[in-house]
Amino acid sequence: MTEPVLKLSGLSKAFGALKVTDAVDLDLRPGEIHALIGPNGAGKSSLIKLVAGELAADAGAIHFDGREISDLDQISRARFGLTRTFQVSSLIPEFSARGNVMFAAQARRRSVFGFLRQVISDKDLVGDAMHALDRVGLADRAAVRVSELSHGEKRLLEIAMALAMQPRIFLMDEPMAGLGQEGSARLIGFLDKLRSEAPILLIEHDMEAVFQLADRISVLVSGRIIARGTADEIRNHPEVRTAYLGEDAA
Amino acid sequence: MRDLITEHRLNILLALILLGGPLIAHFADEPFLVTLATRATILALAGVGLNIALGLGGLVSFGHAAFFGLGGYAVGILASHHQNYEPLMTAPFLINGSNQMLVLWLVAIVVSGLAALFIGALSLRTSGVYFIMITLAFAQMIYYFAISWPAYGGEDGLSIYVRNTFPGINTLRPLDFFLLSYAVLMLVLIAQWRLTGARFGIALQAVRQNEGRVAALGLSPYRIKLAAFVISGMITGLAGALYADLNRFVSPTMMSWHLSGEIMVFIILGGVARLFGPVVGACLFVLFEHVFGSFTTHWQFFLGAALLAVVLFAKGGFIGLVAGRARHD
Repeated sequence: MTEPVLKLSGLSKAFGALKVTDAVDLDLRPGEIHALIGPNGAGKSSLIKLVAGELAADAGAIHFDGREISDLDQISRARFGLTRTFQVSSLIPEFSARGNVMFAAQARRRSVFGFLRQVISDKDLVGDAMHALDRVGLADRAAVRVSELSHGEKRLLEIAMALAMQPRIFLMDEPMAGLGQEGSARLIGFLDKLRSEAPILLIEHDMEAVFQLADRISVLVSGRIIARGTADEIRNHPEVRTAYLGEDAA
Repeated sequence: MRDLITEHRLNILLALILLGGPLIAHFADEPFLVTLATRATILALAGVGLNIALGLGGLVSFGHAAFFGLGGYAVGILASHHQNYEPLMTAPFLINGSNQMLVLWLVAIVVSGLAALFIGALSLRTSGVYFIMITLAFAQMIYYFAISWPAYGGEDGLSIYVRNTFPGINTLRPLDFFLLSYAVLMLVLIAQWRLTGARFGIALQAVRQNEGRVAALGLSPYRIKLAAFVISGMITGLAGALYADLNRFVSPTMMSWHLSGEIMVFIILGGVARLFGPVVGACLFVLFEHVFGSFTTHWQFFLGAALLAVVLFAKGGFIGLVAGRARHD
């Protein structure tokens, strides 16, 4: 078996008496999509935040590429190549679509202190941005201000920004949310190929998408992983059916 | 609604008006109006400084008078030592005063930049109302320090008997000093215009709009904001240096919170984050002060009314009213 890129061991986080993450073990291997599912309030987004470094864990360890990163802040983790997309699109509203992706390309280069050269005539940044926009099918919307993009286009722009970061792993928080059937289908096709570039830890409510895409699925209920396995194993897991899918599912 | 004029053209027009007005005044033998325009130009420069922090970075500093005053005092103190032929210090090494503007400006920029680095490093750990209050608190500390330090005039301030010199021009002539101040303002505006579209400006504007996103992309919002705050403080400090020479006088009033508020008013009147916003705002301010001030001491009533009108009906300030919404890529 190949070494995992990302490994969480005994990760715990509580807000007062509420345990949002309870001794979670989880890993992400090269080339795979590992989906995290669970009912609302199970702690899925909190787990992504713990991995990204937006929240600090109370206990447990996070290893990335064999290196412990538990004590690093969000900024350093992003620099190591953990790139997350947001459940609610988090973009720079006054910039154009291209401007947003160009900024991500700039961030990948860790470049802040440029004072003279105009980014708009920076062929590297524009090239990276257009390439990423083209991949998600937004190239013809490049010049449109974010505040004038549709909801679905904003979701795709999130993905394009993540692509421009050229990450080692993707942390995706409900990328399909609000995309509609056609949009979801296209994104599923895209993520299917993307996993060979970098593995994806995927939170998703769309069960169709999860069962189609995931190499492995972990089921999170009240902060605990109650089951883990392939799509078929999870579909037929008795505990999962009662806790999450409901009795009449599948 | 179609915009009346593009912002770029409007800016060029405004720059020409600010240059043409005093030239006409000079040839009409109205030196006082030239000096008035110089005052507006220098105050505009102070506003340009704050606009980088407030407009581009969303950092509502209520303490920029501190940098304005430090820049002024840097000039006043060095000039007074020069006048009295007393070195500023003799040990461990000799530092003499100076009457060279280029030297004085450099000192003013360094002093205000260091102060901005210190104040920014502490206050940027907060945000929102706390940031406003803590910048105000730092400025007030420096203000009271200046009042209670008798060596350089304390409350009475410090006079500069002869305006400092600049190579090649006679700074005592109002038009020469105006043109010098105008040139400095234009150079700084060109620098800001370049900066806004360069990587630093893009990062700063991104921080204002979505700080969390910037951190998630692996850039430190704190460092970006601190750099902007320092640049901002240095420009306002340079304005303070020019202001000291304009009045040939520095006093703690330059650092009072009224002045911090006035600099902010320039930006709001003219248009927040707009390149020429503070220029328009400072000109309007000086115009109000001169026109309404000539028949009532309560001229600020009219300023307040104008400010209220802008805040209620024209959020983009004067520039926004005429040139429409800002364009970004």
